[in-house]
Amino acid sequence: MSARRIFTGPARLAAIAPYLWMVLFFLVPFGFVLKISLSQTAIAQPPYLPVFDPTQGFEAIKAAFAALSLDNFKLLVSDHLYVLSYLRSLVVAVVSTSILLLIGYPIAYGMARLPQRWQSVAMMLVIVPFWTSFLIRIYAWINILQHDGLLNQILLALHLVSAPVVWLSTDSAMYIGLVYSYLPFMILPLYATLAKMDPSLLEAANDLGASPLRAFWLLTFPLSLPGVGAGVLLCFIPIVGEFVIPDLLAGSHSLMIGQILWLEFFTNKDWPVASAAAVALLILLVPPLLLYDRLQRRQLEGAR
Amino acid sequence: MARTVNRITRFNISALALGLAFLYLPIVILVIYSFNASRLVTVWGGWSLRWYTEFFNDRAMLEAAWMSLRVAAASATIATLLGTLAAVALSRGDRFKGRTLFSGMLYAPLVMPEIITGLSLLLLFVALNAERGFWTVTIAHTTLTMCFVAVVVQSRLTSLDRSLEEAAMDLGCNPVQAFLSVTLPLIMPAIAAGWMLAFILSLDDVVIATFTTGPGSATLPIRIYSEVRLGVKPEINAICTLFIALIAVVIVAASFVSKLTRTRGESAAPL
Repeated sequence: MSARRIFTGPARLAAIAPYLWMVLFFLVPFGFVLKISLSQTAIAQPPYLPVFDPTQGFEAIKAAFAALSLDNFKLLVSDHLYVLSYLRSLVVAVVSTSILLLIGYPIAYGMARLPQRWQSVAMMLVIVPFWTSFLIRIYAWINILQHDGLLNQILLALHLVSAPVVWLSTDSAMYIGLVYSYLPFMILPLYATLAKMDPSLLEAANDLGASPLRAFWLLTFPLSLPGVGAGVLLCFIPIVGEFVIPDLLAGSHSLMIGQILWLEFFTNKDWPVASAAAVALLILLVPPLLLYDRLQRRQLEGAR
Repeated sequence: MARTVNRITRFNISALALGLAFLYLPIVILVIYSFNASRLVTVWGGWSLRWYTEFFNDRAMLEAAWMSLRVAAASATIATLLGTLAAVALSRGDRFKGRTLFSGMLYAPLVMPEIITGLSLLLLFVALNAERGFWTVTIAHTTLTMCFVAVVVQSRLTSLDRSLEEAAMDLGCNPVQAFLSVTLPLIMPAIAAGWMLAFILSLDDVVIATFTTGPGSATLPIRIYSEVRLGVKPEINAICTLFIALIAVVIVAASFVSKLTRTRGESAAPL
């Protein structure tokens, strides 16, 4: 007991360096995003006004504060383009997370029911694609989905279609890419909870006369809900702000909020509006982020 | 009863097999087509190493690859150091002031859309008037990947029996000695896995690197991304295959070094 207490002192000191790092490079930057989202666009370097200049004294800083405005946020709520992209991000995230759950659950279930020896092999097989570059995996799908790609060749050879189908630059291509990229994030937490389940519970249900389907709905599924929650959050949160996958696979007719942010920032050089879009996205993500934080905490620190 | 169990098993196996096929087939196809002699990506023109030669003669691509490897090695090393310290503090520090903020800051980047992290870091670098290039990308990647390292190492530390450290201290070690001689060797596999994860995540990142890099120092994913936007090119298939081969080597090394799979199953994130 006393040894444990002596150990906590130096352990707390270990927090100093990573703490300072995260404050400086994670927390403080959000302050800049917030500040610039309230600034005006300017043709200057950097392209926003006002710029704080602490050397000019307190009056100048006060004037700079007075110049901050909510104009960019007013633009975000009044312009259809932004509102639609906001809604589209939510719809895309909900749809793809649902598909992921529907596909991921049976796979995780299959893994958890394998003989112990094979479970770690199956787990490795699911993790490995996650380690290979996601950009490469999206590119692999572009190979398959393009006009004269493998998918159309197969469909034509089987006489399922008479002319090549346009896959690229469609929502279906984007959903394929999203589901493909995020599948390991869904499977692993599901598997983790399913594998922990006591098999004797199912045997008991069986002995008491429950059909396998009934046993699944009354036992397995409710017990796997923490895994479902983790998987859903791990997919939903990043997908809302996804940029690369919709940019490469979906058409340009309707954009997600991540694409709007990118466009405003890199193409229009409108940093204040891009920052405002980032703040809006962040506000949208606060509730799922808090949920996720609680889950992670319970998962990693639950032992105590 | 035996029959129902069998039926379930068959369903399980086919779900698993289909899932794995879905995960692997696109990559296999990509690798095969990287050896295609034809310029048309979709027509098979026989086996050839032509696109690999093309890549090794492409100066810009090679420079980007070198930049990526340097950033990945540097950021993974710093991230492993900081992430391990953070994990020790979280799993052995009990309650301390600001702990909730600390763990929140470490868990949030795991799911935070990269576009937000990238934008906010760029705005910081601009405000600090920092010259953008190797170091800004390295700092950005360190910030992201140290969180992954922290989670991997923390889940190992949490499952570790604390009485071992206490025994070492009862036998006369001071806390630092106890950590170095007892805890550190036991969590080494998780630390190694954390480094490799950080390395690969850095090697893979497009969005954060695009925001934080400067002119003339593009990373490999940035270059691949700009090529991919223009369409499929066989040279890109070759580069991707080399990339996959590199990662495969790292993974094989990782599975030798550690019981990586066990560490991962315990955390909510697929690390």
